[in-house]
Amino acid sequence: MKLITAIIKPFKLDDVREALSDIGVQGITVSEVKGFGRQKGHTELYRGAEYVVDFLPKVKLEVAVAADMADKVLEAIRAAANTGKIGDGKIFVSAIEQTVRIRTGESGVEAL
Amino acid sequence: MENQIFQLQYAIDTFYFLVMGAFVMWMAAGFAMLEAGLVRSKNTTEILTKNIVLYAVACTMYLICGYQIMYSGGYFLDGIAGGDTLVADALAASTENGFDGDSVYSSASDFFFQVVFVATAMSIVSGAVAERMKLWSFILFAVVMTGIIYPMEGAWTWGGESVFGLFSLGDDVVDEAGNIIMTGFGFSDFAGSGIVHLAGACAALAGVLVLGARKGKYGPNGQVNAIPGANLPLATLGTFILWMGWFGFNGGSVLKLGDIANANSVAMVFVNTNAAAAGGVIAALVLARTLFGKADLTMALNGALAGLVAITAEPSTPTPLVATLIGAVGGILVVLSIIGLDKLRIDDPVGAISVHGVVGMWGLLAVPLTNEGTSLGGQLAGLLTIGGWVFGASLLVWLAIKFIMGVRVSEEEEYEGVDLAECGMEAYPEFTGK
Repeated sequence: MKLITAIIKPFKLDDVREALSDIGVQGITVSEVKGFGRQKGHTELYRGAEYVVDFLPKVKLEVAVAADMADKVLEAIRAAANTGKIGDGKIFVSAIEQTVRIRTGESGVEAL
Repeated sequence: MENQIFQLQYAIDTFYFLVMGAFVMWMAAGFAMLEAGLVRSKNTTEILTKNIVLYAVACTMYLICGYQIMYSGGYFLDGIAGGDTLVADALAASTENGFDGDSVYSSASDFFFQVVFVATAMSIVSGAVAERMKLWSFILFAVVMTGIIYPMEGAWTWGGESVFGLFSLGDDVVDEAGNIIMTGFGFSDFAGSGIVHLAGACAALAGVLVLGARKGKYGPNGQVNAIPGANLPLATLGTFILWMGWFGFNGGSVLKLGDIANANSVAMVFVNTNAAAAGGVIAALVLARTLFGKADLTMALNGALAGLVAITAEPSTPTPLVATLIGAVGGILVVLSIIGLDKLRIDDPVGAISVHGVVGMWGLLAVPLTNEGTSLGGQLAGLLTIGGWVFGASLLVWLAIKFIMGVRVSEEEEYEGVDLAECGMEAYPEFTGK
C-alpha cells in the first residue's frame, strides 16, 4: 500500500479530483495549507509600498491506494495539476504499514 | 399673496438647507467607515470612537463659541432665536432682496448647515494620525480646532472679516461713507476646498509631524513598508457615503433653491460634483495600474475623494467636461502625493493629507479657470493664509498637548493595538485567536 501526498495549486483541485475518480480512486483527503518553495513567497504592492507574502496558499491531497495503483495515481495527479508555471507543487509517495477500516475492523488492502 | 410666496420660498430654502446639512452630517459615517477600513483590525474600535467623539465635540464647541467667532451668531447661539418679530423680519428681508435675490432662511438652519462642515474638517485629522495617537490627546486637539482654529479662518473667508485687521481675503472693506479702506483679494472658495479640506489637512500634517510614523512603516535605507488596511469593503462603503454626502456639501452651498436660476445652479453643482468624482476615480486607477502593475482599489477610493475635493472650490461654473477634468487632475495628484509623502516619511494611513491638502490646493487654484471673478493671486493669498494659520496654530497646539500629556501611545500599546490600550475592547473579538 502507498500513501500519495500531493501539494497542488488550489484552483487545480477540481481537475485532480475528477482525474482520480476517472481511474477508480475511492477516496481522498484534502486540506488547505500554506507554504513556500524555491521562490520564497512573493511580494505585493499596497498603495505603492511593497509587502512580502511569505507563505502561499496551497492544497494538500492525501490518497492511500494499493501498490500497483500508485504509478497510475501519481501520473493522473501530475497531468491534472500541471500548468507548466512556477508553483505547481510536488507529489510525495511513501509506504503504508497498515490500514484499518474503523467501522468493520477490516485491515490491509481490503480496508482501502 | 406676495407674502405667502415669500413664506413658501423661506420654507423651501430652509428645508433645502436642513436636508443638505443632514447629508453632510452623514459624511461623518463615511469618514468613520473609510478610516475603519484602512487601519488594521487591532485599531478599529479606537478610530470609530475618535470619529463619533470628534463629531460630538465639533457640534458642541461650534455651538459654544465657534459660530460666534465665525459668523457672530452669539455665544451659545443666543443670536439665532429671532424673537417675536421673526416672521415680520423674514418677510421684510425677503421683500428687500426680491424673489430672485439672496436667500432668506432660518438662522437655526444656517447654524446646522455650518456645524456639520466643522465636523468634516476635524474628521480629516483622525485618519492621518490613526493607529498611534492617544485618544484623549486627539479629543483635546478637537476642542481647540473646532472651537477656535477653524472658526477663525472661517471668519476671514465665509464670515467676511479681515485677517487680524491686516488685510481682507474676500470683498473690499468699505467704511460708512462708502470709501474703500481695505482692498480685498477676491478669494473665492465655494464650498470649502481650502476652508474645510485644506484646513483639516494642515492640522493633520502638523499632528503627524509631531507624532511620527507608525512603528514598522519605514525601514532603514529609505525602505517603505506597506501596512494594508483590514477591511476594504468598509473603506469602499465609506467612500460611497462620502460621495453621497458631498451632494449636500456642494449642493447645499448654493444656499438657495427657491427660484429657477438657483434651482438650475443646484442641479449643475450636483452634476459637476458627481462628474469630478468619476474623473478622479478613473485617473487615479489608471495611474496606479500604470505605476504598480495592479489596480489598487485604495487609490481608486482616494481618487474619488480627490475629485470631490478638487471641484468643491468651484462646482457651479465649470462645464461637466471641465469638472471631470478638474477631478481627474485631482486623481493624478493624489496618487503622486501619496507616493511622495511616503518618500518624505510622512506617515498618513488613509491618505488624508494628500486627498484634502494637496488636492484642496489644486481645487483653490483651479477656480480662476472657470470663474472670471477670481484671480490666481487672490486664490494664492487665501491658500497661504488658511494653510499658514491652520498649520502654525495646530503645530503649537499639538506641541502644547505633547508637553502636557503626550500625544503617542507606548510602543507596546501600539503593538497590541490601541483598541485594547485606549478602549479596552476589540472590534472583532471572536475572530482573533490569542
